[in-house]
Amino acid sequence: MPEIKELVKGLADKYGRARESLMPILQGVVLENNFVSDIAMTEIARELDIATAEVYGTATFYSFLDTEPRGKFVIRVCKTITCDMHGKKRVIEKIEDLLKIKMGETTQDKKFTLLTTNCLGWCHQGPVMLVNSTPYPSLDENKVTEIIMEYMSK
Amino acid sequence: MENVKRVDLIFGEYTQEKYKILEETMKKSNEQIITEMINSGLKGRGGAGFLTGMKWKFTAQEKEPTKYVVCNADEGEPGTFKDREILTKVPRKVFSGMAICGKAIGAKIGFMYLRGEYSYLVPDLMAELDIYHEHAKRFNLDFTIELRMGSGAYICGEESALFESIEGKRGEPRNKPPYPTVSGVFGKPTVINNVETFVNAVMIMKYGAEEFKKIGTTDSRGSKVFSISGDTPKAGIYELELGMTVAQFVEEFGDGDTKAVQVGGASGFCVPRKKFKDTIIGFEGVPTGGSMMIFNSSRSMYNVLHNYLDFFEEESCGQCTPCRVGCQQLLKGIQAVKKGEKPSSYLNQLLKLSENMKITAKCGLGQSVANSFSSIVDNFKEEMIY
Repeated sequence: MPEIKELVKGLADKYGRARESLMPILQGVVLENNFVSDIAMTEIARELDIATAEVYGTATFYSFLDTEPRGKFVIRVCKTITCDMHGKKRVIEKIEDLLKIKMGETTQDKKFTLLTTNCLGWCHQGPVMLVNSTPYPSLDENKVTEIIMEYMSK
Repeated sequence: MENVKRVDLIFGEYTQEKYKILEETMKKSNEQIITEMINSGLKGRGGAGFLTGMKWKFTAQEKEPTKYVVCNADEGEPGTFKDREILTKVPRKVFSGMAICGKAIGAKIGFMYLRGEYSYLVPDLMAELDIYHEHAKRFNLDFTIELRMGSGAYICGEESALFESIEGKRGEPRNKPPYPTVSGVFGKPTVINNVETFVNAVMIMKYGAEEFKKIGTTDSRGSKVFSISGDTPKAGIYELELGMTVAQFVEEFGDGDTKAVQVGGASGFCVPRKKFKDTIIGFEGVPTGGSMMIFNSSRSMYNVLHNYLDFFEEESCGQCTPCRVGCQQLLKGIQAVKKGEKPSSYLNQLLKLSENMKITAKCGLGQSVANSFSSIVDNFKEEMIY
């Protein structure tokens, strides 16, 4: 996979090859590929001259550093208490209905992945979800439908 | 408004001129800055409440030439969203506070560790950082600030886990001592403060310790930014004076049917209605990093506790056994009692387990699970059983 090699090299040129560069490089790979593959981890390890196990250990620790393939748009719905109290369940059901997938799954066209996450810091405007890095607070069934429809047309 | 006293320190105007307070502070000696910080009585705003001035002093005293300043912007405590608001509205004050600290302790580099959930803030923060660096150059301040991102791990809000993360490792807390003032990020003396603490430092430089001390109580100086959510018609961010009772707070923010208030997030304390009057919000009563979650009588406190334990079980780093296994067992335990698979007396065993975690867990996460666990189970026992 020459693309991954290029990508990792480019990120290492940008962030450096010290151990502390590992997080920004992993984050850069996720931004580009939506996940960190085994090949990417091996490549990062080679580029930074550390064990692949070290890269794997760090990558798998963080919930936003996905190590399995994700869709182009990763939806993360907050499941923590106030979002839960204010209708997170209905929002999730609506998304499942729209995308015809269950929680944790990716659509066949690899466009969407639906996940839950812990507190996103919008408790006063819950339920909230992230689509990649963009937060969408104050959700209800109508609002989430509009948002998902918009992403579907992208 | 009589129940609670509003303050406008944190979100108030910086100054007309960009980075003016920082420029003025550069004329003070390092000793003056630290003395002023100590005299203000400011305690850290992340929740633990250590005296900020002392932290700065200890780090300044270290002989090691390389030191760091770290701003903890890994706001992950359920019910907390005030740092996001501060970073959105007054990032200039945060960077000024970091720079003042850098000068006072003799550091040349500062890191802001921002949680991945807030990465949408990065473009604006980077733009403001460019402005900061221009001004720092203008008055010959050798202190640069770098932004480092988290990737969705609550535990990285724990200071030593945060250092590990900056260093490119798993966010697993370290043993303490040594404390960060001696050995922090990259093993160097480090001051790590919460976003709001740095803003307070700037306000102390602007108004002086004496003025700052006039706000709040002896044990809880200054104002506090509260994140208010749950069953309230007024959810949002409020800057209030510390030292009010939960009753006063509920009078102002409740929906008239408040059953309990969770002060300090999932790792904080649950205050039931019968204790509202006698509980002070502040370091003399229930401390809080700002999270205030209000529950009315329609809510099941079993569901609330279940949600918190789900949270802890997922966010425990898994490094130490008391926390890794303890969180799982507490969750399984309350489920079993609810289903009738275990007798209600089993709750007492679970309470003992949580007390054990308080003593034996390696870091604040595992140690503080008992706070919410025991305060909810003790006060709402019937709801756990039936």
